[in-house]
Amino acid sequence: MTTIPLFHVLILASLLFLIGFIGVVARKNTLFILMSLEVMLNAVGVAFIGAGSVWQQADGQVMFILILTLAAAEAAVGLALLIRMRKKYRSLDIDLLNKMQG
Amino acid sequence: MNVLLASLPFYPLVSFIILIAFGKKLSWQLAATISVSSMAITALVSAMLLFELSSSPNQAMTVNLWHWFDLTSQIGNAEVNVRFYLDGLSAVMISVVTGVGFLIHLFAAIYMKADANFSRFMAYMNLFIVAMLILVLADNLVLLYLGWEGVGLCSFLLIGFWYQEKANVLAARKAFIVTRVGDTSMAIGLLLLFNTFGELNIEAVTTLAQQTNTLTSVTSDKVSDDIYWIALLLLGGAVGKSAQLPLQTWLPDAMAGPTPVSALIHAATMVTAGVYLIARLHDIFILAPQVMNYVAWLGALTLLLAGIAALAQTDIKRVLAYSTMSQIGYMMLALGAGAWSAGVFHLMTHAFFKALLFLTAGAVIFALHHQQDLFKMGGLLKKLPFESSLFIIGLICLMALPGTSGFFSKEAIIAELWSSNTAGPMLWWCAILGALLTSIYSCRLFFIGFLGNSRFIEKANPETSTLLRSALIVLALLSLSGGLIPPDLSSVFSTAMSEPLSASIEPPWLHTVAIITPFIGILFSWFYFKQYRISRSSGAEQNLQATEGRLVMFCRQGLGFDAFYNALLVKPYQWLAQKNKADIFDQIIMLNAWYVSLWHEALVLVQNGSLRWYIAAFGLAILLLLGVSFL
Repeated sequence: MTTIPLFHVLILASLLFLIGFIGVVARKNTLFILMSLEVMLNAVGVAFIGAGSVWQQADGQVMFILILTLAAAEAAVGLALLIRMRKKYRSLDIDLLNKMQG
Repeated sequence: MNVLLASLPFYPLVSFIILIAFGKKLSWQLAATISVSSMAITALVSAMLLFELSSSPNQAMTVNLWHWFDLTSQIGNAEVNVRFYLDGLSAVMISVVTGVGFLIHLFAAIYMKADANFSRFMAYMNLFIVAMLILVLADNLVLLYLGWEGVGLCSFLLIGFWYQEKANVLAARKAFIVTRVGDTSMAIGLLLLFNTFGELNIEAVTTLAQQTNTLTSVTSDKVSDDIYWIALLLLGGAVGKSAQLPLQTWLPDAMAGPTPVSALIHAATMVTAGVYLIARLHDIFILAPQVMNYVAWLGALTLLLAGIAALAQTDIKRVLAYSTMSQIGYMMLALGAGAWSAGVFHLMTHAFFKALLFLTAGAVIFALHHQQDLFKMGGLLKKLPFESSLFIIGLICLMALPGTSGFFSKEAIIAELWSSNTAGPMLWWCAILGALLTSIYSCRLFFIGFLGNSRFIEKANPETSTLLRSALIVLALLSLSGGLIPPDLSSVFSTAMSEPLSASIEPPWLHTVAIITPFIGILFSWFYFKQYRISRSSGAEQNLQATEGRLVMFCRQGLGFDAFYNALLVKPYQWLAQKNKADIFDQIIMLNAWYVSLWHEALVLVQNGSLRWYIAAFGLAILLLLGVSFL
């Protein structure tokens, strides 16, 4: 089994994070924003796993499980909000939710 | 503690508070009773004080009410107390203020009966008496200044009493601003005085000035220079208050106020405050003989100019206003010549007869339904015999015919002028010329208004109330006999009696000339103003017209002083105000506000409520922070 250098893992993680971030910023559809958020969370998870395996420590995997739980909870709340938004505005466009200013 | 002296200003003060607090709720009877009786008590108390003063050993009384504050300078500390000081000079003043004040209050209560704001009027009159009493009783110059400003305020309030008419308001404003010029000069003078002597207590200042006087050889140039400026600045204050050249322009306009106000404030009491100030601080003025010379010259010039202006007036009250200016000119002339007690004596007699003249004029104006134009009167001697005879008494006192009070005081002044160090024959001739002018304008006033054809068409209905008439009769008696009770001021001016230098020997004809001058004036006017005094039957000539020549108009408008000040001060100021309507200094301050609101606008753009923008800003900030931490 060939070991993957940590550097590569980190590059993958940052690319994923960047893709997720761009998705959050650029997407208008709230569903896709939530999905991009998942991508970002997973990018962080990849970084944790990679680091944990390099240093032979379980902490990385523990952190990943924590993140996974967080992501599941976030998805549940986010989807519930999404349904409410859909009912209220008949649309998922995030730019409609700009009433809260200052 | 002398309760009588301490309580003197508080009777009118209580009355003022009641009247101003309850205002229109009080009926005429109640308001009149409160204000007039408070003045009656004040007059009574001051009469008792005069009696007590004459029996007191050192001819002076003091009473300390409370400590006010301390003044500190490099030279020392000075206590400023609310403390009243009564000596011969302030005794004359309080007797004039309370005695004449009481009679005028009595007159005003009836004269102003129909006015809707009667209680406000009487409240202001009472407040004026309070301020005037504080002025004359003050033991230090700070308290005196309080009274000084207080009378100025009341003068302003009362000139503008009928504020619904714009002319009255303008007159009030003018009086306030012009006297303020003098007051500012006086305030600077007081500060300089404090800086030089380290004292503002009148007695202490007097003592210090006397010491300086005896040590003339020791005093440095600096001190005598300071004293020169102090005297000059104080003179500025006196000139403003007493309507002397060059700040005299407010007095004729002040006649816009109700007639009792003109009698009380602008003839008998307030305008003589300047005379009182100089007499009170005579020890300082003695140290500055040059300033005394100025005082004499200012007095003489005012005396002549006001006399000339009075010759051309058509309004009965304005004639009297100019005559007041000219009589105060006499007082100033006396003070400048070092004839202190003669000046104060004239102040007293002038208060009597000028109050009488104003009140009688008020009664006449009242009877003629507020007609003040002399040329619309005429023949009043037959129509209003009571008022006319009192007016004659006032006029002969003003002309100083032998036997009247004006004669005693004016002759006392004129007699001291010739041989005075700071006056001299020139000023003596000015005073004689002034006396001639006085008798000419008095005769002109009388001939136009009281002799000749009656040009008043409606029926005259004089006020016949006994109270009003008794007030006038008492004043007339005082005017006639006031000269027999010359105030004893020798204790006040004991140190000030400057021995006359025999540089100029008095010629023997001086007194004769002084006595016959008014008669020359009467004789002259008898022939010169013939057309005014003779009644004509032919219809065309019945309506007398005031002459409108250029010179006459120039004199009528106060010898061009108003126009001059307008061009010199008022117009440029208004021009500046017009140009600076947007207020350039305000703009500079507003730059701050503009800067803040610029940032506000920028930050509002950021707070747009759009989630994606927030996230982008978030990411950008993290990038920036990372970049900074790496570099």
